Amino acid sequence: MFDKYLIVDGSGRNVVDDGKVVGFEVDARIAYYRGLGLSMVEDVSLTVDGVTFAREDTTFSVHGNTYRLDDMEQVVDDRWGFSEKATIRVSTPEPLSAGEHTVTLSERLRISYIPMPTVTRDTKILTVAGA
Amino acid sequence: MPDHKIKRGVSFYSYQEEYFLGKLDLEGCIAEAAKIGANGIEVIPEQSFDSFPHLSAAELEAWHGYMSKYGTTPVAYDLFLDRKRYKNRLLTLEEGVESVVRDIKLASKLGCSVIRVIINTPAEVVEKAAPYALEYGVKLAVEIHSPMRYDHRWVNEHLEVIHRVDNGFLGLLPDMGTFVARLPRVITQRALREGATPALVEYIEKIYQEQPTDLHTLAPEIAWRGGNPADLTLAGEAAWYNNLDPRVLLDHMPYIFHIQAKFYEMTDDLVEYSIPYDKIVDVLVEGGYDGYLSSEYEGNRHIQDVQEVDSIEQVRRQHEMFKRLLGESDTAEKKV
Repeated sequence: MFDKYLIVDGSGRNVVDDGKVVGFEVDARIAYYRGLGLSMVEDVSLTVDGVTFAREDTTFSVHGNTYRLDDMEQVVDDRWGFSEKATIRVSTPEPLSAGEHTVTLSERLRISYIPMPTVTRDTKILTVAGA
Repeated sequence: MPDHKIKRGVSFYSYQEEYFLGKLDLEGCIAEAAKIGANGIEVIPEQSFDSFPHLSAAELEAWHGYMSKYGTTPVAYDLFLDRKRYKNRLLTLEEGVESVVRDIKLASKLGCSVIRVIINTPAEVVEKAAPYALEYGVKLAVEIHSPMRYDHRWVNEHLEVIHRVDNGFLGLLPDMGTFVARLPRVITQRALREGATPALVEYIEKIYQEQPTDLHTLAPEIAWRGGNPADLTLAGEAAWYNNLDPRVLLDHMPYIFHIQAKFYEMTDDLVEYSIPYDKIVDVLVEGGYDGYLSSEYEGNRHIQDVQEVDSIEQVRRQHEMFKRLLGESDTAEKKV
C-alpha cells in the first residue's frame, strides 16, 4: 500500500561532506497505514540506475536520529511516524551525475498480524542536481 | 422505522490517504467528521500522533479542545500489539499485558471508552488486562475481522475469556468486512490492472459467491487453470473475505461494544458495492445495539495507483446511507 508515495518527489540528492561526495540520499514515507517501531523496519534498500546498494552501506534517519540497519534491529524506543519523512542514505564515493536517474526504494516491514513481512517498492525518476 | 439508539461515527483510518499526504491534519479530520454528523470519533493514535506513545500534555489538550470546538466525542481507540517487536522471539505474556495496559491508560487520557483489541492479541493477554480495563473504565473489544468467524477456534478462546470474566469491560468489536456478499469491485479491477486474466477473475468472483466455504482450494485450482501471478494473488485474497449471515451478531449483542463499518466502495447510488448494510442495520435495530457505527473506509489502497483518492466523499456517502437506513431525516432533530 501507498506504493507510489514511498519516495518523496524531488528528494534525490548527492551528499557532500567537506567538499567531497560521500553518498546519495532520498526521503521516504512508510509503506503502512500507521507508524512502526524501528526494530520492525527490517530493511530499506535503494537501487539507482540498476545498481542495488549493500545493506552495510545504507543508513536510516528519522527526526534527527541516524541508524545503521543492523543496529536498528534492536531499537525498541524509536519509531518511524506515519506522517514522517525518513532519509535513506547510501554511501558511495561516486557522485550521481546531474540529471535524471531511476531510483527504486524497497521497504520490508515486519507486521505482527501478517504471516510474512511485507515488501513494498516504489520506482521514480529523480532529477539530481550536480555535486 | 422502530426506535433505536444507534449512533454514527468515523474512524480516522478512513482518512488515511489524505492524512498521509498532508491534505488533512488531525483538526481537519475532526472537522470533516463533524460536518456529516459522524460525531463519534475512533482514533488510531499510531496514525494520528507521531509522538506515540509519548503524547504531550499540549497534544492532549488540543485533542480535547477540538472535541469541544466541533461537538464531537472520543469513542474508540485502536490498539496494535507488536508481538513481533523483536526479531528472534515473540513478546512474552507480561510484555503483551504491559503493552495493552499502556494503551488503556492512553485511551483514558484521550477520553475514549472503548479499545479495539486487534485480533492477533492472545486471549490470555486480554484476560490479564481485564482488571485494568475495569479500573480505568475503558472497555476492551476484540475485533472480529475477516477471515475470522464468530465460531472460529481463535475467536472461541476469546469468547471463553469474555464470558468467564464477564466484568462488563470485555467484549467484541465486529468489523463488517465479515459480511462481504461479493468480491469488492475495486479489488478485482486492481487485479486486472496488475495483469490478471479476465476470464479467471470472473471465475474467482463466481466461486466466491457460489461456494464461499471452499475458498482455500482456489489458489491451487487457479494455478491448474493456467493462472498467472496476478490471478494467484487474487485467488489468495478471496480467501481472506467472508460472507457470514449478519444475524450472527444477534448471538453476541450484549457484548458488542462498537462496530467498525468497513467499506471498500460507496457507489453513486449510495450503497456499498459488496456489503449489505440494509440487512446489517435491520439486525442491529432488532438486537437493540446502542453503540456507534464507525465508518472504516479501506478502498484507497485499491485505487490509489490510478486515481486521486477522495476518502472524504466516500465517508460522506456512507453516512448518507446510514441516515437513510437509520431513519434520520435532515429536518429531524439530531438524536442525542
